[in-house]
Amino acid sequence: MDARSKIIELAAFLDRVDRAEGEADFRLDALKNSMRELGSNEPGRAAKVLLSLSDPTTEPIVAATTKAACGAYKA
Amino acid sequence: MRYIEPHAHMVSRTTDDYTRMLLSGCRAVCEPAFWAGFDRSSAAGFYDYFCQLTVHEPRRAAKFGLPHFSWLCINPKESEDMKLADDVLAIIPEFLKRPNVLGIGEIGLNKNSRNEIKVLEKHVNLAAEHEQLILVHTPHLEDKLKGTKLILDVIRADKRIQPHRVIIDHVEEHTVQLVLDTGMWAGMTLYPESKCSPARAIDMVEVFGNERVWLNCACDWGVSDPLAVPKTALEMRRRGHSEETIDKLIYQNPLQFLRQTPKFILPSA
Repeated sequence: MDARSKIIELAAFLDRVDRAEGEADFRLDALKNSMRELGSNEPGRAAKVLLSLSDPTTEPIVAATTKAACGAYKA
Repeated sequence: MRYIEPHAHMVSRTTDDYTRMLLSGCRAVCEPAFWAGFDRSSAAGFYDYFCQLTVHEPRRAAKFGLPHFSWLCINPKESEDMKLADDVLAIIPEFLKRPNVLGIGEIGLNKNSRNEIKVLEKHVNLAAEHEQLILVHTPHLEDKLKGTKLILDVIRADKRIQPHRVIIDHVEEHTVQLVLDTGMWAGMTLYPESKCSPARAIDMVEVFGNERVWLNCACDWGVSDPLAVPKTALEMRRRGHSEETIDKLIYQNPLQFLRQTPKFILPSA
């Protein structure tokens, strides 16, 4: 039941985004991309969702210009 | 039920939280130095904060009969300013002598910048020089994987640091194995949205084992729950885990890690 409610919340969120004005930021595509992992029959879906949203680079950035993370990596 | 809360920012919590933690079986609380939600303007601000962590907050906790311990550092969010970082690092050794200071933490990275890494390296050096335990904060959200790898590289580069004396906190499903493979400890933080849920934390324990892992709430000035650890224990009970298994995860494991410093002394049960 808990998982069912969470899937519905996710669906409702996407519906809400459609009804909103303006352009979605890059995180919407990142979210939709990460959702593909849910359809897999292989274990490790949570890790794969997290990986799909993660910064894949390895070098430190020159300087931090913000404090907060935003939820998904922007290439 | 008994438990140790190894990571809670009690300076930002009310006395109601102390009462509820005691009622839920908390036997000790440990508080790492963290970002207050704003950038402190000078090393003097950190000096006052360290006094709060080592004198005033333990007094507040003692009114409820709860032993309070702390960790010290300049946190990653305030590590872009190298001059400030050096000034703060210079005052830490004086506080390391205090009987309720467990080690250096919560150090780590935030946005994975060059200066953050330099400050992290200085903290690791300080911990090595003073033979301190280390508690690490891993970055949030999309920065966590990259930051965890960078942090592990920094710590492993200092051969004076023994892996079993380091706890890498806020692991998630994509970083927990990386941490455990190094011989360091992995902390699972029960914090809404940006970290783990109780269900996911228990999943990780069931998949990756219950050795060298602990649970914590990291409650702070944001929306967070100081009772997240005992609530997770209830979820474990619901799944059929034994009382022995639960006690190991929420009491014996943090005890095992924290007793690596002789300062972690609890009143006899």
